[in-house]
Amino acid sequence: MATAVAPGQPATKIGKAATEIDERLIVAGPLRRTLNKVFPDHWSFLLGEIALYSFVILLLSGTYLTFFFDASMAEVPYQGSYAPLRGVEMSQAYESTLALSFDVRGGLFIRQIHHWAALLFVASIVVHLLRIFFTGAFRKPRETNWGIGVVLLVLALLMGVTGYSMPDDLLSGTGLRIISAILLSIPVIGTWAHWAVFDGDYVGDAIIGRFYIVHVLIIPAIILALIAVHLLLLIKQKHTQFPGPGRTEHNVVGNRLFPAFAGKATALFFIVFGLCAALGGLVQINPIWLWGPYNPAQVSAGSQPDWYIGFLDGSTRLMPAWDINLPGNYTIPALFWPTVVVAGAMFTVLALYPQLERKLTGDTASHHLLQRPRDVPVRTSVGVMALTFYGVLWMSGGNDVIADKFDISLNAMTWVGRIGMVVLPPVAYMISYRICLGLQRHDREVLEHGIETGVIRRLPSGEFIEVHQPLGPVDEHGHGQLTYAGAPVPKKMNQVGGARRAVKGFFSPIEQPSQVELASQQERRGLAAAEADEPVGSGRPSEGGRPSEGGRPQDPRD
Amino acid sequence: MSTQDRAGSDPATDEAGPTHGGPDDDYSPERLAGMQREDLNRLGARYDGVEVLHVDPPPAPGSGLEKQAERQVAIAFGLAGLFALAFAVVYFGSDWFLPDWQWDSEDNGWSALYTPMLGLTMGGALVFIGVGLVLFVKKLLPHETAVQDKHDGSNFDRATTAATLMGGLDKTGFPRRKMIGRSLGFAGGAMGLMLIAPLGGLIKNPNKGNPLGTTEWADGVRLVRDDGSPIRPGDQEPGSLETVFPAVEGGNRAADAATMLIRLRPEQMANLRPRDGQSDFGYGDYVAYSKICTHAGCPVSLYEQETSRILCPCHQSQFDVLQGAKPVFGPASRSLPELPITLDDEGYFVARSDYIEAVGPTYWNRERI
Repeated sequence: MATAVAPGQPATKIGKAATEIDERLIVAGPLRRTLNKVFPDHWSFLLGEIALYSFVILLLSGTYLTFFFDASMAEVPYQGSYAPLRGVEMSQAYESTLALSFDVRGGLFIRQIHHWAALLFVASIVVHLLRIFFTGAFRKPRETNWGIGVVLLVLALLMGVTGYSMPDDLLSGTGLRIISAILLSIPVIGTWAHWAVFDGDYVGDAIIGRFYIVHVLIIPAIILALIAVHLLLLIKQKHTQFPGPGRTEHNVVGNRLFPAFAGKATALFFIVFGLCAALGGLVQINPIWLWGPYNPAQVSAGSQPDWYIGFLDGSTRLMPAWDINLPGNYTIPALFWPTVVVAGAMFTVLALYPQLERKLTGDTASHHLLQRPRDVPVRTSVGVMALTFYGVLWMSGGNDVIADKFDISLNAMTWVGRIGMVVLPPVAYMISYRICLGLQRHDREVLEHGIETGVIRRLPSGEFIEVHQPLGPVDEHGHGQLTYAGAPVPKKMNQVGGARRAVKGFFSPIEQPSQVELASQQERRGLAAAEADEPVGSGRPSEGGRPSEGGRPQDPRD
Repeated sequence: MSTQDRAGSDPATDEAGPTHGGPDDDYSPERLAGMQREDLNRLGARYDGVEVLHVDPPPAPGSGLEKQAERQVAIAFGLAGLFALAFAVVYFGSDWFLPDWQWDSEDNGWSALYTPMLGLTMGGALVFIGVGLVLFVKKLLPHETAVQDKHDGSNFDRATTAATLMGGLDKTGFPRRKMIGRSLGFAGGAMGLMLIAPLGGLIKNPNKGNPLGTTEWADGVRLVRDDGSPIRPGDQEPGSLETVFPAVEGGNRAADAATMLIRLRPEQMANLRPRDGQSDFGYGDYVAYSKICTHAGCPVSLYEQETSRILCPCHQSQFDVLQGAKPVFGPASRSLPELPITLDDEGYFVARSDYIEAVGPTYWNRERI
């Protein structure tokens, strides 16, 4: 028997095993396509990944918590190990949350990881959304994925609200009372909606059990399904990328999934998980044992909701007391506007924004190259305007704390918010519009005249000029011939190789300085390379002058 | 490799490249077996529309740079292992060979540090794994710049798929056989209704009785403190506020019954202007208002007797005690309802009736009940 294998037949054990698998599942082709998928490389493309990883952490830690949490509103006297509350009547929900905090080994740690990961989840979704918005990544063909993202954000907020209400401590009960009032404020169906959600009048004994199943099953299942669609669409449509050398509407430039991108993504997962774990252990969050069990007659002053609900708290505080009394003795309560209407309008406009922009600009083409925010001043300024409005509401959600800490009148803070939410957004619009135009002009100026080197030269005629480094070929007037293409323009000499690379090594050099010098000359960029073969002229760029002399330290750095 | 045989689009022209077909005919097993691994890698990539444009090689094997990078990665992974081990020691060792982990609120030693130590060790382990991976990718992997084609939709696919779909629809004959379509539409609608019908179990009538307009208060029900003790005039200092509950089973935890009993100072009494028709609701220098905010239902709690104002900490509505608890600032639009009180035979405070209006937040048909 010959020992040689036929061509195409694997010789190693792993190879044979892989062949056996592929003969059954036919995965080699799809696997290769997946491994070869190219991911563009930019830090801002990792924000969505942070949201995904926080969700994984939430699923893991949340599942652990369900082993111990009991979503019952039956009253029991507390008998656990936290002495100050012993003997106090409380709901089983609160009792079991105390038990998993104090009587389960590491339970408090997992509970705090869960809370921190929830804050990070919403925060990373919001920052990811801002990146998508300000770079125009939502444009055709990605409107659907934008819509799914907005729905995911709303679901994340609902997860936060239901989760926050479940421990049934004094803070969560106060939040629940406000949720009840918001439901009641809906015109026509308010009381019916309240009776359907709470199974009767506030507070009843059903709501925590209902929130529990919504929080651990219904919304997570919808979120999982939507994340799957979100990612499938992303794979199908491929990534957007910033404009740059070799990047077009018809390609993606970056790293292949395997091994570079997979390595970075895995690293990011561990770092996100690690930060949540560190926060969960080191930074106390929502110490429910200090608040005590819920009691409708008690409230703590200065209490704040989780950060992502703060803007609704703020809008509610700023709203004037404007009940609308309709004929027939019907009332639309003032509470309806800053909660249901403001939140509903905000998320509706957000979800429809891609369609709005299409209608208003008439731009119906597909786009895969991103825009720099400065290049779309109207959209950027609209975004900043919306953020300013949100910021005023959010700040007003804590206006009592600000008033207390800075010794300002509480009513003055309310008026600051009321006036600010009307006046500041247009101001923010105008300022960001001007900043965008200024940045655009500076880009073009650098392309035309080159980078300022900081070198002042006196010409034979006595004239002083600042030497500029052109970024490309120049015409007879010394003006650059490059046009702006939507990519960042280098503004500093170091960005075009003005400084030599430092020799590596912490305690002692681990490279030969001469080799580093040689390598930088071989790269044929920057001044060291230019010095080698350019003649010296008058010093004006238009006459072949070079800006290098005196432009950087002449002493060798190594 | 020349630009002519490069698979995919040309960045200079910004046009979509050709698509790629099945390669098995072109590449026999013998031919593939004769190729180097790197060539096979590039070949597969080209069939996936990926071209590797440029590779920055990793540091040369055995060079100082490589050794330094390898050391850094190994240190990060090693630290991760140490932290993970420390986590296990803290987690399992507490209450075994280490002090107890269970927190005693008096203790500031090991048990108070238990959760922070878990966070530090687990966080350290996970972060260092991540840091090691980042260092590995950045310093030891070749930096590859790859470009992949992006394909727009294919006209061929659209035309053939549309023909398949429309052909199938033609065969069913639904456009022609209208009766089937209509009856199916009717059945579908009715089935949809049937499937969501069980949600009707959630619906309850909020207008049966007057649950939103009534509380546990009634004629003759004593005002008691949280601990159940009744209250006499003279128990409170002038200018003070006490939260009281109806003396019924579970009255101190009822959602809407909490009431503020306020004893006014003489100068406040001089300025007291109750609401129309409610001037006899108080008793002497005592008035009793609902504690449930008429805005969002929070307990209004902060009484500033200098200004006679009650502040709700949730949204900062302010109510003037001297004007029948009228809202004077903030988002609340209605006065806090006043409870009519008097004394019973034994000299304790009792209610004369329930609140004469609904307490708590406003709702659609509140004025009608």
